[in-house]
Amino acid sequence: MNLMMLLEMAAGAFGDRVAFQNGDGRLTYQELFEASGVLAASLSDGRIKHLAMLDESTLALPIALFGASWAGVPFAPLNYRLTDGELDSLIGQLHPGRLITDAARAKRFGDRFVSPDGADYIDVHSREALLESVRADGAERRDPNWSMEPEDTAILLFTSGTTGAPKAAVLRQKHLVSYVLGTVEFMSADEKDASLNCVPPYHIAGMAAIVSSVYSGRRVVQLANFTAESWLDTARAQEITHAFVVPTMLARIIDALEDRTEAGIPSLRALSYGGGKMPQAVIEKAMRLFPDCDFTNAYGLTETSSTISLLSPEAHREAMSSRDDVIRRRLVSVGQPLPTIEVSIRDAEDGSTLPAGEAGLIFVRGEQVSGEYRGQGSLLDDEGWFNTRDGGHLDEGGYLFLAGRVDDVIVRGGENMSPGEIEDVLLAHASVSDAAVVGIPDEQWGEAVAAVVVLEEGAVSSVGELQQWVKDRLRSSRTPQRIEFWDELPYNETGKLLRRKVREAFRESD
Amino acid sequence: MPTFKAGARLKSAVCNSELMLIVAPSQDVKLTCGGAEVIELGGDPPADAAIDPEQKQGTQMGKRYTNESGDIEILCTKPGEGGLAVDGVALAVKGAKPLPSSD
Repeated sequence: MNLMMLLEMAAGAFGDRVAFQNGDGRLTYQELFEASGVLAASLSDGRIKHLAMLDESTLALPIALFGASWAGVPFAPLNYRLTDGELDSLIGQLHPGRLITDAARAKRFGDRFVSPDGADYIDVHSREALLESVRADGAERRDPNWSMEPEDTAILLFTSGTTGAPKAAVLRQKHLVSYVLGTVEFMSADEKDASLNCVPPYHIAGMAAIVSSVYSGRRVVQLANFTAESWLDTARAQEITHAFVVPTMLARIIDALEDRTEAGIPSLRALSYGGGKMPQAVIEKAMRLFPDCDFTNAYGLTETSSTISLLSPEAHREAMSSRDDVIRRRLVSVGQPLPTIEVSIRDAEDGSTLPAGEAGLIFVRGEQVSGEYRGQGSLLDDEGWFNTRDGGHLDEGGYLFLAGRVDDVIVRGGENMSPGEIEDVLLAHASVSDAAVVGIPDEQWGEAVAAVVVLEEGAVSSVGELQQWVKDRLRSSRTPQRIEFWDELPYNETGKLLRRKVREAFRESD
Repeated sequence: MPTFKAGARLKSAVCNSELMLIVAPSQDVKLTCGGAEVIELGGDPPADAAIDPEQKQGTQMGKRYTNESGDIEILCTKPGEGGLAVDGVALAVKGAKPLPSSD
């Protein structure tokens, strides 16, 4: 199996269709196929073992992804927001290899990654040089003889590290090909369909969007630097029909739309979202603003090759219009597992399988589930189950509800509490616009509850008032012992709250 | 058929069909397309190979084919006019309810 086989099918069946577009630049499926072959030839000198990319979304991105698969070297998209020092530790794991980056960085890096004896190195190439070389007349293309070994590594994705140091998840060809074959119907997109991709390449959703759209035959319009204004302008100008956003992006789009006088986005038919917790108020507002649009909530992890569970457009509409609390609540669920995925909720202590309604650890199993980190091997158990370390429960209808990372659970005097529960109560206070709850070391209880609160503009509140607010609504053990007021909370660019930074701030202020 | 493993690329000996094994059978079985045993993608078909007129159900690009027990699964990567069968039993298209686009 190989991602290249999927691209070869696409190029064979609809080679003239536009595959990727960025500003005025375009690549058809056939052009993408040929360019990938040229890059593959240059990677096939036997020395290069990795292809890293440190860049925003450009036309070079799909060429690099498929070219690496063609040559049989793992592709590693890197986070361009990291500092040089942070990058050194990631790139240090990718020797020997090639790094493609923007021209300014390529110049600055020079031979930064060559060891003094020259034995260990990363060749640094610019994205511009890559795009030029693959389009050069008479450029040598490798024979279409890519390996079909299912175990070959396709992508190394450094996980975002909201809880610790970044490590590389290993996604093999079999995981990604299974994901695509199990979730996407070949050539199912209409020729006029266009999807707007604003997720960074180093996020699993960014990688999944590329391989899924190639197999469906959909034109992808890349938007490298998200702002609500640029997203809306591009969506209108390019007659976008499909898009994926993270919750914070959707909230900003809604705010921007409310300030505008023009109508919404008439072409938009489907909006999917994921990558973080979607506030109920935001999704309800979005559904009212785009009544004809199909909303899909997708839940997945890097280690599961993207989506494993989704809340369908029908389920969204049913939940919105239902008076039954059980069905209404499903609007904040992540829907039902894919037909190709099994989910089991296990007791955190004894590992027993829990019935519907009871919260525990979410375990998943399926062909697309990797559960492997480089240097650590597979974390799947003997029967192929992967512990997501996300907490949650299933309702009677099989809808999955998330309750946050197990690593974020606060253990106070032997009692387990989920930060989300306390955050939801704080957020319900009229003066509170955002809240983060973490556990901090406590001599008496092991851990104590601490909160950071962002107040609504112009609102006034006090530590005592908010403590009383929580005390009136939850068991007294959940009342934050400390509350600090900040101007904003630390999020990563896909809208995931960085609790680690909140914990660090409390530790430093002690 | 010779033992092929998952990921193996195959082709029909008698039509244009090209295939990839998604799930390789654990036992030795005879996989045919258009009535003739399939061969490796780069292989040469036997000189006397001819399509069986009774087995022209055709293959469709991007469709997955499987048997009742699910111990073999094949992706059609290029269409042709022959039909797929294992030990003489025709394979069926793996029906999947289309999922909404999630990325």
